Amino acid sequence: MTETAPAATATMSFRAALREALRDALRADERVFLLGEDVGRYGGSFGVSRGLLDEFGPERIRDTPLSESGFVGAGIGAALGGMRPIVEVMTVNFSMLAFDQIVNTAASLSHMSGGQFHVPLVVRMTTGGGRQLAAQHSHSFEGWYAHVPGLRVLAPATIDDARWMLAPALADPDPVVIFEHGSLYGWEAAEPGPGPVDLERAAIRRAGTDVTLIGSSQSVHVALAAAEALAADGISAEVVDLRVLRPLDTATILGSVARTHRAVVVDEGWRSVGLSAEVAARIAEEAFYELDAPVARVCTAEVPLPYAKHLEDAALPQPERVVAAVRAMEAGA
Amino acid sequence: MSGDGQISAEAAHGLHLLREMVRIRRLEERCIELYSAAEIRGFLHVYIGEEAVAVGAMQALTAEDNVVGTYREHGHALARGIPARRILAEMLGRVEGCSRGRGGSMHLFDAAARFYGGNGIVAALLPLAAGLGLAERMQGGSRVTACFFGEGAVAEGEFHETMNLAALWRLPVVFLCENNRYAMGTALERSESQTDLALKAASYAMPAWAVDGMDVEAVEAAVREQVAIVRGGGGPCFLEARTYRFRAHSMYDPDLYRTKEEIARWRERDPIDAQAARLRERGALDDAALAALEAEVAAELDDAVAFARAAPLEPVEDLERFVVTEAAAR
Repeated sequence: MTETAPAATATMSFRAALREALRDALRADERVFLLGEDVGRYGGSFGVSRGLLDEFGPERIRDTPLSESGFVGAGIGAALGGMRPIVEVMTVNFSMLAFDQIVNTAASLSHMSGGQFHVPLVVRMTTGGGRQLAAQHSHSFEGWYAHVPGLRVLAPATIDDARWMLAPALADPDPVVIFEHGSLYGWEAAEPGPGPVDLERAAIRRAGTDVTLIGSSQSVHVALAAAEALAADGISAEVVDLRVLRPLDTATILGSVARTHRAVVVDEGWRSVGLSAEVAARIAEEAFYELDAPVARVCTAEVPLPYAKHLEDAALPQPERVVAAVRAMEAGA
Repeated sequence: MSGDGQISAEAAHGLHLLREMVRIRRLEERCIELYSAAEIRGFLHVYIGEEAVAVGAMQALTAEDNVVGTYREHGHALARGIPARRILAEMLGRVEGCSRGRGGSMHLFDAAARFYGGNGIVAALLPLAAGLGLAERMQGGSRVTACFFGEGAVAEGEFHETMNLAALWRLPVVFLCENNRYAMGTALERSESQTDLALKAASYAMPAWAVDGMDVEAVEAAVREQVAIVRGGGGPCFLEARTYRFRAHSMYDPDLYRTKEEIARWRERDPIDAQAARLRERGALDDAALAALEAEVAAELDDAVAFARAAPLEPVEDLERFVVTEAAAR
């Protein structure tokens, strides 16, 4: 008598989901190519593009010199010239070297030219802390990009979004910036569904009735962990994954707050003048009378992220801090 | 002029070069007038003194080639074939302007002319030009991208990043450096340890040399030579055109950083006067012909100014159009 093995649930890592999305895109459209530092022979600094060089060759999996402004600008020019480039920037910190190209050229060109020129460019970059990489490899500048008209800004938090956001991003005739959280690359979860996904709406990742926790990227996972802990205390938290940081889907946020009457914004960016401030302001502007308590925020401490683990942990949003913010809200009610 | 009223192709081309430079000079003079009358606002950078560079270079390009320019690009736009009407309408902020009034003097664009601006960030246009070249190479086309920029850009990191990328990938780009000697008010020798600009480009392993930017025929010959190299698959080239702007950097600039004597010395080498003298020597131009040319240009610009003044403004409710691509353009 043979034992029947339990049916294994197929899983996929966040990294593999991103890679499969790249592979699909490269197979589907000859105009698509990937360029960036070490995307080819090295396999991508975080391993996302590993294996693609063998399948697609060095013209389409194009290693670049260390010149962020140069190769992001070349991506812009190639997009104007009829290609569909995907530029990988190693980290959001390094993208500051190309910020001018993305903001002053890619985002501005359509409007500045009266609608004559379009930049169908996708820029992917790693964001976020939690890996003891200290102050020059760990920051979250999504809010800066989300500030800029002319850009679409995406932050996948799930295997499905990692797998399916790229195709519609490439179909967008305007520049799209995709933030991939470094702590999510190795995360494995159930294989993605069949797609596609939209690039318009926020998503409710957990339904709840007492409080809305709003985050994006890794902060969604922090919020989900907090919601689990709160459930044990009988507090039902709803978790909203912003997914699209620009244009922000205010309707989904307000709809949730209208049901729960409380909101905590969780953001790995700094609190001052950041993404969390924008979300809180929109709730204050448009759902003030729905609120039973002031909007709370759990953000990264206002320090350049430190190396030592205990200090980095203390600086980043953690589930316990979210739980504490909700409890403080309940206590104040 | 030859007795039978026929002129040679060479003489006709020489006259065309003169006419194109005069068109730019007179356009810029109209711009200054319109600025003084507060009809043009913002920053206004005129090209007076440098006309030979744009005019000479444009002769070497086909309509299919790409042109990328800086914020001192009125002359390039006109020489590329964008009508004076649409250029002036843009500077007057009208919907009939070549950027629908959203760009102004510094951001002239024309997709039909493959004219990619009008770029206001010094050196940021260099990677863009490389990218246009990369797209062309990957698509197997034969277009050349001509990238105009000032010598001030050479101090920026993007210059070096782009020279390296373009040479490494053998991109079909002609880099046309208009060395007018001053980055706003800072003289080249006050900002560069090595003032031989072609030497800098040559260090990236590409053909690079300098040309007299006050001689339109010399510029044309040099750019033709470089375009032939580039179109033939020889990779990018760099040309330093040594020129001078006779006017201040912009209408805000009191021009305190150079002497009147220096300006006067360069004015003696006015590219328009030089070309006119050359044509007279060749018997291809006389006073009557020059007067006729000037009258034609004046009439063109009278019409363009009138057109721009009469052109409608973009309705304010259309303010946010084109921030993202409209459905019809997808």
